[in-house]
Amino acid sequence: MKRLFQLLWNNNFTLLFIFLWSISIYLVVLNNRFQQVYVVNSSNRVAASILESMHEVSEYLSLKETNISLSRENAELRSRLASNFYTLSVSDSSINDSLFLQQYTYMPARVVNSTINRRNNYLTLDKGSRHGIKPDMGVISSDGVVGIVKDVSEHYCTVMSLLHKNSRVSARFKKSNYFGSVVWNGEDSREAELLEVAKHVKFKKGDTLVTTVFSTVFPEGVPVGTVSGYELKNDANFFEIDLKLATDYARLTHVYIVKNLLKDEQRKLEMESTTSDDN
Amino acid sequence: MITELIRYVISFFALLLIQVAVLNNIHLGGYINPFIYVMFLLMLPVRMPGLLLLVLAFLLGLIIDMFSNTVGMHAAACVFMAYARPTVLKFIAPRDGYETESAPSVREFGFNWYAIYAFILVFLHHLMLFYIEVFRLSEFFPTMFRVVLSTIFTVAIVIMVQFLTDKPKLKK
Repeated sequence: MKRLFQLLWNNNFTLLFIFLWSISIYLVVLNNRFQQVYVVNSSNRVAASILESMHEVSEYLSLKETNISLSRENAELRSRLASNFYTLSVSDSSINDSLFLQQYTYMPARVVNSTINRRNNYLTLDKGSRHGIKPDMGVISSDGVVGIVKDVSEHYCTVMSLLHKNSRVSARFKKSNYFGSVVWNGEDSREAELLEVAKHVKFKKGDTLVTTVFSTVFPEGVPVGTVSGYELKNDANFFEIDLKLATDYARLTHVYIVKNLLKDEQRKLEMESTTSDDN
Repeated sequence: MITELIRYVISFFALLLIQVAVLNNIHLGGYINPFIYVMFLLMLPVRMPGLLLLVLAFLLGLIIDMFSNTVGMHAAACVFMAYARPTVLKFIAPRDGYETESAPSVREFGFNWYAIYAFILVFLHHLMLFYIEVFRLSEFFPTMFRVVLSTIFTVAIVIMVQFLTDKPKLKK
């Protein structure tokens, strides 16, 4: 027994190394598997508030570009105002609330921290559970899809961006409705790949891809990217398509968090169908 | 002794700040991502107690993790690097050994020695960090490419900082 303790004491350096290293790996795995690691995360309040004040500086420096993009969006929204349209029909039509149920609501948020240079990238936004944000909500910008909310604290949330090895967004061609999955290969933050498009589908360079109606996270028709190149290998049944992403992650400052009011209903129904299949 | 301690505390926070505020926002060509903060582990005294070295490395890694949303990854890489440090130091020891109070620096051991020392340890750190981040072997070669490029950049910055901050010391 005494010799055992002696042996342990003699190797204390190695033992402490194994202990600390295992804790670290445990944290990595824990964070990959579960949604909530509040302890060491940038939803952590201290870190997030420091990051936010740092971000204010860089946000100030890019005010001009932000203004341009906001005013462009304003102009586009303004053009959709009802007062801009000339009424063609003679009969008066009014929107009835019982016919149109609002499905998506949007909450503006500011990006207080983001990365684009890792294999797995995240953004931190300045909205949290206090504003009704929950995990798995979608995040879009005025240009297109951004990502999905991962962790939420009281005032902040972190977003798994499309630039992540676990991100998979289903997208369809705006013109033809054929769809595939968009994934990121870890190289350029402006490019992604579109998978699962069969070889009979017709499309050309520059075609736009938008989100599909299958997603319970994003509303239909949000831009994802445009085709920048494609290849069909000899015996392959599927195209290899390169996309230019609609969102420029390197300059993202303002985004919208999408809340799907009917999501729980859809999920619950689908869950019931699949479980009844299993029985 | 006390001045040494203060110097280490100041450099700890200075390196953290530079890493979080400046270098975390640098991405050259999407591949290169220098991590200057590991310089703190490089500059600790040679005769540092091993357990203290490991604990410091773990804390340093955790703080960096907090700021970059990478729970545990930097901590694991730092602890690994700290564990390898005594072995590397023994491996490249000068012929007559180390003096009691010496700390690794270009001034004390020369450029070549320091470059080899920094390169080995930074490489081990980046190797651990990037492979934990990817967590699969299917992207082995692209990841290795990133490891090597980032190592070269980090070592270059570390050596530059060495030249900028090391004040001339009177020879005993």
